Amino acid sequence: MAANNQRVIMKGRHGGLTLQLDDQCSFSDLLAELEEELSVNAASEQEPMIKVSIQLGARYLTEDQKRVLTTLIREKQKLVVESIESDVIKRTEALSWKENTDITPVVKTVRSGQVTNVRGDLLLIGDVNPGGQIQATGNIFVLGRLKGIAHAGTEGDSTAVIAASYMQPTQLRIADQFSRSPDYESEGVYMECGFIDDEEEKIRVDRIQEVVKKRPDLANFERRMDNG
Amino acid sequence: MGEAIVVTSGKGGVGKTTTTANLGTALALQDKKVCLIDTDIGLRNLDVVMGLENRIIYDIVDVVNGRCKTKQALITDKRFDCLHLLPAAQTSDKSEVSPEAIKAIVDELKEDYDFIIIDCPAGIEQGYKNAVSGADKAIVVTTPEKASVRDADRIIGLLEQEDIEPPKLVINRIRAHMMKSGEMLDVDEIVNVLSIDLLGIIIDDDAVIKAANSGEPVAMKPNSKVSLAYRNIARRLLGEAVPLLNLEEEQGIVAKVKRFFGISS
Repeated sequence: MAANNQRVIMKGRHGGLTLQLDDQCSFSDLLAELEEELSVNAASEQEPMIKVSIQLGARYLTEDQKRVLTTLIREKQKLVVESIESDVIKRTEALSWKENTDITPVVKTVRSGQVTNVRGDLLLIGDVNPGGQIQATGNIFVLGRLKGIAHAGTEGDSTAVIAASYMQPTQLRIADQFSRSPDYESEGVYMECGFIDDEEEKIRVDRIQEVVKKRPDLANFERRMDNG
Repeated sequence: MGEAIVVTSGKGGVGKTTTTANLGTALALQDKKVCLIDTDIGLRNLDVVMGLENRIIYDIVDVVNGRCKTKQALITDKRFDCLHLLPAAQTSDKSEVSPEAIKAIVDELKEDYDFIIIDCPAGIEQGYKNAVSGADKAIVVTTPEKASVRDADRIIGLLEQEDIEPPKLVINRIRAHMMKSGEMLDVDEIVNVLSIDLLGIIIDDDAVIKAANSGEPVAMKPNSKVSLAYRNIARRLLGEAVPLLNLEEEQGIVAKVKRFFGISS
């Protein structure tokens, strides 16, 4: 059974274990091997829980298979599965990632009564007139006058921002927060950006340059991937 | 083959019917063959504004239902032989005609006329859809008020989905002194928001109400500013480049003298 040893490779790392699983054998073989491997050195009750991250290599696991794997590991030892990483993803997952991380340019005037909705970030080249609405699951950038309603992070991304060349919105909404324009007549502001202030937990509007400091990973692919 | 222009606004009471009547009259003054169609079925007023109410025998619903031929329902204007009106029905409902039926009538009339001007009812429902169905162009009428600009914006959005040319804007009932003092939205602001071409501006004048009540479109009056504004719009529709009227009323002797010598600004 010498070959078996290579299907599961355990490595210690800072704060836990890494399990490298072979990606060529069948899933049932892998489970069998893993079960065997984990029964060998049973940990004593006093030891603390150990965090395990699993690396699957080029193997694709369905959600069910992931559950089986997680349960197996949890049962055997004082181990908790922290993460399961695979080098491969499904085509549909990849497409939805792409959709959620893309920036969609839209060239039009969003007029009263119209709603423009995109997945990912929205780059609107044109105005949003009073009564018009734009929505995006990610950030919103308006090259024009924002006078209507803008809703960024529609699926709960509270780090999303709304930037506009000219900002005079009726309402700004980010994730589940919203703010409205003051009741008195007010002038708009140029080159400003709305975001959720972590301390006050409400939407604030500041100069774009200032907001960039608070959201240094604004254009970062990973951030948008996680939040999409 | 003429062109069909729908006059619309979304909001009621901004001057669609007045604009239709005066534009028709102004085009007739230019010797164009014009037919006005009132599509506000159930609430017809174009015939009243034109002073032709007593001549109605058949109406547009009669045409749609085949009770008469289109030509039989047309009323010739008192003043111009080249100006005709197809009146709306007063006793029926907007749901009695379909956009297809209106389009068929408009297409038929386009054969004989230079311009078909369609007066659209307020709102964005059936009546609006009927009115827009046959049109090649659209004129959006608004007033310098927030609510009517908002509705104009909505209507422009809907018109953009139709297969017609980008709409043109007429700003009606302007009060120069309020605009100057900033109490009213100014022309630039409105054009900025709506971002469509401006076709003309018309000041608020008592003469318009007087004219409408007497069934004599104001465009017939030779000297009034409003009349000139409507005639300018007609000329712009015919492709002439006519500058916008100066809103400010010049006062005093100096201005009069200046005007006499033709050096008014």
